[in-house]
Parts: sequence; C-alpha cells; structure tokens
Amino acid sequence: MDKRIALTVNDEQVNAPEHCTVAAVLLASPGVATRVSVTGEPRGPLCGMGVCFECRVTIDGEAHQRSCQISTSDGIVVATRGNDSYPREHEQYLSEEIVNKAYDVLVIGAGPAGIATAVTAAQAGQRVAVLSDDPHIGGQIWRHDHAKPLGRFAADWRDRLSRSSAEWIASASVFASPKPGVLLAETPTGPMRIRADQIVLACGARERFVPFPGWTLPGVFGAGGLQALVKAGMPIAGQRVIVAGTGPLLLAVADYLRSRGANVRLIAEQTSRGKLARFAGGLLLREPAKIAEAAGFAWRLRGIPFRPNCWPTSADGEGHLQSVTLTDGSRRWTEPCDALACGFGLVANTELPCLLGCAIEHGFVRVDADQRTSVPNVFAIGELAGIGGLDKALLEGEIAGHVVAGRHDLAAALQRRRAKARGFVDRLADTFALRDDLRQLPDAKTIVCRCEDVTFEQLRTQPDIRTAKLHTRIGMGPCQGRICGSAAEFLFGWDAGSVRSPIFPVAMKSLAGGE
Amino acid sequence: MSAATCDVAVLGAGIVGAACARALAMAGLRVAIVERATIGGGATAAGMGHVVVMDDSDAQFALTRRSQQLWNELAPQLPDAVEYVQTGTLWIAVDDEELTAARAKYAYYTSRGIVAEMLDADGVARIEPNLRPGLAGGLRVPGESVIYPPCAALWLVNQALERNATLHRAEAKRFDRTTIELSDGSALIAGAIVHATGIGATRFMPSLPIRPRIGHLVITDRYPGFARHQIVELGYIKSAHGADKESVAFNLQPRKTGQMLLGSSRQYDVTDGTVQPHMVTRMVARAFEYMPALAALSVIRTWTGFRAATPDSLPLIGPMPGWPGHFVATGHEGLGITTSLGTAELIVAHVTGQRSSLDLNAYLPTRFAEVAHG
Repeated sequence: MDKRIALTVNDEQVNAPEHCTVAAVLLASPGVATRVSVTGEPRGPLCGMGVCFECRVTIDGEAHQRSCQISTSDGIVVATRGNDSYPREHEQYLSEEIVNKAYDVLVIGAGPAGIATAVTAAQAGQRVAVLSDDPHIGGQIWRHDHAKPLGRFAADWRDRLSRSSAEWIASASVFASPKPGVLLAETPTGPMRIRADQIVLACGARERFVPFPGWTLPGVFGAGGLQALVKAGMPIAGQRVIVAGTGPLLLAVADYLRSRGANVRLIAEQTSRGKLARFAGGLLLREPAKIAEAAGFAWRLRGIPFRPNCWPTSADGEGHLQSVTLTDGSRRWTEPCDALACGFGLVANTELPCLLGCAIEHGFVRVDADQRTSVPNVFAIGELAGIGGLDKALLEGEIAGHVVAGRHDLAAALQRRRAKARGFVDRLADTFALRDDLRQLPDAKTIVCRCEDVTFEQLRTQPDIRTAKLHTRIGMGPCQGRICGSAAEFLFGWDAGSVRSPIFPVAMKSLAGGE
Repeated sequence: MSAATCDVAVLGAGIVGAACARALAMAGLRVAIVERATIGGGATAAGMGHVVVMDDSDAQFALTRRSQQLWNELAPQLPDAVEYVQTGTLWIAVDDEELTAARAKYAYYTSRGIVAEMLDADGVARIEPNLRPGLAGGLRVPGESVIYPPCAALWLVNQALERNATLHRAEAKRFDRTTIELSDGSALIAGAIVHATGIGATRFMPSLPIRPRIGHLVITDRYPGFARHQIVELGYIKSAHGADKESVAFNLQPRKTGQMLLGSSRQYDVTDGTVQPHMVTRMVARAFEYMPALAALSVIRTWTGFRAATPDSLPLIGPMPGWPGHFVATGHEGLGITTSLGTAELIVAHVTGQRSSLDLNAYLPTRFAEVAHG
C-alpha cells in the first residue's frame, strides 16, 4: 500500500497517495475547477504537461503555481480561489547564488530522443547533462506512472541512462540564452547558468487544440493530457470518457484509460475512413511492427465504438462537463460523459529553438542528416524535427549522440533507417490532417485564448497575429500563446508570433542573474 | 495613378498620430491617416501608459498638465479595453537629498493647482506595504492615471474614422510638395501633412534632432493589489535626463488587469531591439532595492521599445522649415502617451489657426538651429 500524506485544500484536510501531482489530487473530485478565469469562468487542467497554465493554484501562499508539475508533499497548503497571493515577508531580497555548470553536451528534454542522445554521447566519453521541465525522466510517451512500472523497453533505456555518466537535471525550465552556448534555467533550488559546447534540443511536442463551444469547461482535457494526469494519480475508474480528435495517440490513450478502469464510450476520429484505410495499407507494406501494435490496440479496445469521420461540436455542463455533442458530418447526437479527452494532433515545442535562432520550416526545426539545425553546435531531434513517434525519436537521438561525439561512421549506419522513419512522418501528417469542418466549430462567444479569455468574435476581424495580440490580448497570458497560438494558426492562418526570453514564466528573481 | 484628396494627411497611427487625426477630424477637417502596420504598434505599444505631469521645465509642465486634463475629460468615454485607471503616482525618496527634491516638486505642483501630498516613511509604508521599510518618504500625486496605449491609439483612430477620416494601409514613399506617393501605388493630395512617425520622421527630415533611446519593460502575471500606485523613484529624474549612456530606475505600474509592469531603462546608441539580459538584470536588481517582494512574482514577458529623444526633452511640434505645408509631431521621448492629446491640440492650432491654451512657440522644431537653418 502506498504511503499516504496529508495536505490542505481550500482549508480542508485531504489525504492523498504519495508521488501524485497536486493537480491529480484536486481532480479526485470530478470536474473540479483549479482556477477562475479572467472573465469568471471555472477552469480545470487541460494539457497535463505544464504547458496550458489552466491548473494554476496557490501553493503555500505562492500564486500561479502549475499544479500538474508539482508533486504532493506532506503539509502543503493548496488554494484554488483568490489566486493572486505572494510571499509577503519583507526580508531584504538576497541575491540567490547562481549555480554555474559546464558540459560538452547539454540535452534539453528527457523523452526517448533525449535519453538516446544522452546515453550514446555519454558512452562515447562526452560530459553530458540531460535536463527537463519535468520532475521525472521519460518525456510524454514514457511518462512516469505513479501506479505502474515502465514497460521493459522503456525501462531498459532509462536504466542505461542512469548507469551512464550523464547527469540528470530535473524540474528545470530553460528560459533564456544570453549568448551562444549559454542557457539560463530556473530550478527548484534557484537559477542555473549552463555552458555547453553542443546543445541537443529534444523539447518534444504538445497537443493541438481546436476551440469549440464548451471546450473551456472543467472535464475537457487533452487526450495525452488526460493520460498524463491519470499517470500522475488522477482517479479515472468508472468514469465515462469520450476520446476525440485525431491521430494514433487516441488509440493509445483509450487503451491506457481502459486499463485504469475508465468506461471509454467512444473514440471519435475526425479523419475519413478512406484515409485511414490507405494509411493501414501503407503500414502493411512498410511497417509490420506498427501493424502488430495496431492489432494489439484493436484487441484490447474491442467493444469500444471507433468512429472515423466523427468529431465533437460542443461540450456542455453546469460548471463542469456533463455531455458532449458529436457529429459525423450529417447527423448530431449528444453523449453524456464525465471527461472528454480530445487532441487534434501534435505541435512541436519550437520556443527554445526559435530563441536560439534555429530556422523553422512548416512548424518544425530544419535539420540535416546529422540532426544539425541552422545554428552551429545546436541539434534538434524527435518531434521537434517532425512528428514521427518513438522509433524515429530513438534513431534521431542516437544519430545526434554519435555526431556530437564525432562518430560519424556510426551515425551514417543509422541515417538510412531514419530516411524510412521520415516517410512515416509524411504519411501521418497526410492521414491525420485536420478537416476544414473543424474551422467552423467556434461560435462568436467561443473562447480561443484561455489565459485572457479572448473570443472568436474578437479575433476574426484581426489582420495578423501582432495586431490581434496588441488589440485583443490573445497570447499575452502565462501560457505565452502555447495553446491559442496553434489554434489561431489553424483557424486564421496566422504565423506564430515572435519569441523572446523568458520563454517560460519565471520568478523575477531568476532574471537577476541574466548576464 | 489614383489620387485621393484630403484636408490633412496624418502619417503614423501611433498614439500621437492617432490623437492628431481625431482632433483634426473633430475640428471639421477631412483627415487621411497613413499607417502601414498595427495601429499603436510601434513605440506606443512598447510604452508604459503612465499619464503623468512632469516638471523639468515650465513648457514640459504645461504640455503634460494640459494633456492629463484632456485624458481625464475623455475617461468616461474610454472603452474597457483602454484600461484607464486612476492609480495616482507615488514618488519615492530614499534619503534626505531625494526628500528635498520631493518637497521642491510638491511646492511646484501645489502652487500650480495640482493636488499633491507629502508622505513620511510611515505614510509611504501605509499606502504601499510592499515597499521595503526604511525609505525616507515620498510625494503622492493622486490625480494621475494609467492606460493601455495600443487600445488607446485604436480608440482615437476609430473616433477619427467615425468623423469621416480615412485609413490608408501604406507608408509614404515620396513627397511632391503636399502630394504623397504611397507604398501601395496610390497617391494622396493633402492640404497639409502631419509627420507623426516618431523616430521614422528623420528618414525624410534628417535635420530633426531625435535619437532613439531604447528602454526595457518586464510584466508579471496577475497579482491584484500588490501595488496600488504607479511608484517611481525620484532618482528616475536623474536617469531620464542624465547623459549616461546606460541608466536604470525603479518604476512600477499596477495595470488594471492586476499585472505589475516594471521599468525602466534608458540607453542611447543601441539600434537592435533585442532584449539585453544585462539591462533586465540591472532593472530587476534596482527594483528589489525598493520592493523585495517583487522577487517572487512570476514574469511572463519582457520587451523593448525605442523612444524618440530630443536634446531638451521637449517634443517637436509645428511647421517644418523648408517643407511648406508639412508639420511635425514627434520627439516625445517617454511622455508620448501623456502628451499625445496636448500635441493634437497644438497641431490643430498650427494647421487651422485655431487658438490653443498652450504656447505654440514653446515646442517648435525651429528652436534647434540645425532645423531652423536646415
């Protein structure tokens, strides 16, 4: 039996298992609101991975803490209301000693790609550190699960990393780069300045959200978002869940949620049956391993309706989600449910590559066969260089690991396999491209920017993203446009705006050591 | 080539151009506004939006005071998006020398009818409990306010458009007397032309004595009530008007949203608008000397902007020698948000011959020899 700890939530004692996140504990009450939006709407966690800032609460008197990124600990005091406080003591500000670190190779991101680079480069004798915003190694696909050990393959990689000489820096957010080869990060113990001869970016991807009426209700999650929250300890057993959106992730999420006792009612896939059939045919020809994976899903998901050509048109409920209305293009119907897990594909986390000046093409970092970006000594791997899943991420991670260690011969052997993995990237993008119908989902009052509550109506007459930002405040909140930016790109065709440090909200004291 | 005609063309829809366009349209003139990019998207978007009276010179006082009166008169009409809020200004003195400066400011303001109040150390701590203990005191000017500049500029432009002004999404390429050739291939024939393009005015009129002076700002997430006044260190005056190549001063603004907006920095001879980490560091360190509790607040954005600075800290408003029919309204440095409305009143007077309560001669570009004889 897990050890249980006691914390205070809105003045009430709550017991929770150890190693859960605060968000997961709060979500033990279904449909709970973690904050009130700027126009007074209740909001709950959406992305589950520290990106959307909807799960902000006050912890021990400090407002605006992302509850999905913070583990519970005995005696902490959490408040979901009046999210505006700050430590009020008047101590003279004491300059925190900045910690200086230096490595041959710094890997940003601890998913499969980052782990593969770190292991490969460390084995070749490089001084390596791997850093992540997350408290645990694994990224999204190998995310730490509080209730279940990692699968054998993932655990092997994790163990190789822990046996290697690579240093692991947890819960560190890189927010600035004062000069080439130098990064500043905020960590729980203070600011850190890291110098590295070579930087490998493995920042991964986040989910794309398409706004529709009711998508801001507590109980509406990202697909990967709900999975991440359940892995962090959110109870889901017995809950009625609809999984919607697009891409292979929907199947993985439904499979996982069912394994944790969720009552998955429907998987709604927006792409057409014809596109899916062509995709499956391609797998048969080229990727027998992926066919086996798909067959496994099909077996475990039997009994759950899978509907292609189907997407949500609205989410409804009083203060929290109670039902979802869906369509197949001709007919509409309403399904009662407790949670909606919806993701409309993945968007690469290009903020740090942009800050470093890396060229971006069609939303991804441009890389050559060695995974080099346009900036000297900066590499990009995994989803940053094209959404392609685990095999491609590991390959690219290993290639970059060999290249940074000067072992081009070993890299060359892997580059042919990478070419095949890239073919899968294009087929994925084509199969799961978003249908135009989804652009018609928002009504005038649908909120597009959840931080600042900017509506579709306010945005549709704006000429460009910069004007929209200045005149409506879209993207000006703490998520810095990470959620609304990709939505606005889909709805209005706007480019992402400019990127400036800090690329993540940081305590002002972290800016004090910026040279 | 197609050519539209108007009584006055206003080049630039920053806050100054927007205010001029509105005032000219309200005076009954047919106005054409020429702006290629976002309305209020240049120096206006980078500014703090503090509507403040300043007293470096009698001319500066007159212009800022008149402008503030105009803003306060407009306040009831301003839409929510302009985020007008009367915060008052609190000038902070750290020692006796600065307290003496505060007293001088108090005497200057009160003798000219401005409500102000001297505060001792306890008084300052009472109204702004997040300031560190042990400050010498301060001067509170309660009638001052804060606005969100880009939406203020947008509202002013919309007011002009409601009075039949036209908006031309282009920039001026060439002038033939008062005919303007625009970047979209069209032309405008204007009775008069107002150059309200900030630093950009020097492109056509290189003799104008304006230099870009970059500033940095930092904004936090929402912490309603953390500070109530715009809080400015009295050392700001040294920073703003010293000749130092680089300077910082503590200047904190509580926005209507509950966000805290922190300034300020000043540097000459920087042409790249990239945020400079060493300046942010200096600014933030300066702020912690006054308000250590700021250290824990979450910062969500930093940015820079270029002020159009003149050698005597006064704007350039009036006819341009050698350019018949052309007027300039530029060089507002860090006070353009405040002084836009007074500038507009002066421009209307110059263009139409209407009377103004302000002295038309005090801000003429011809006060500088290089302009007068250029």
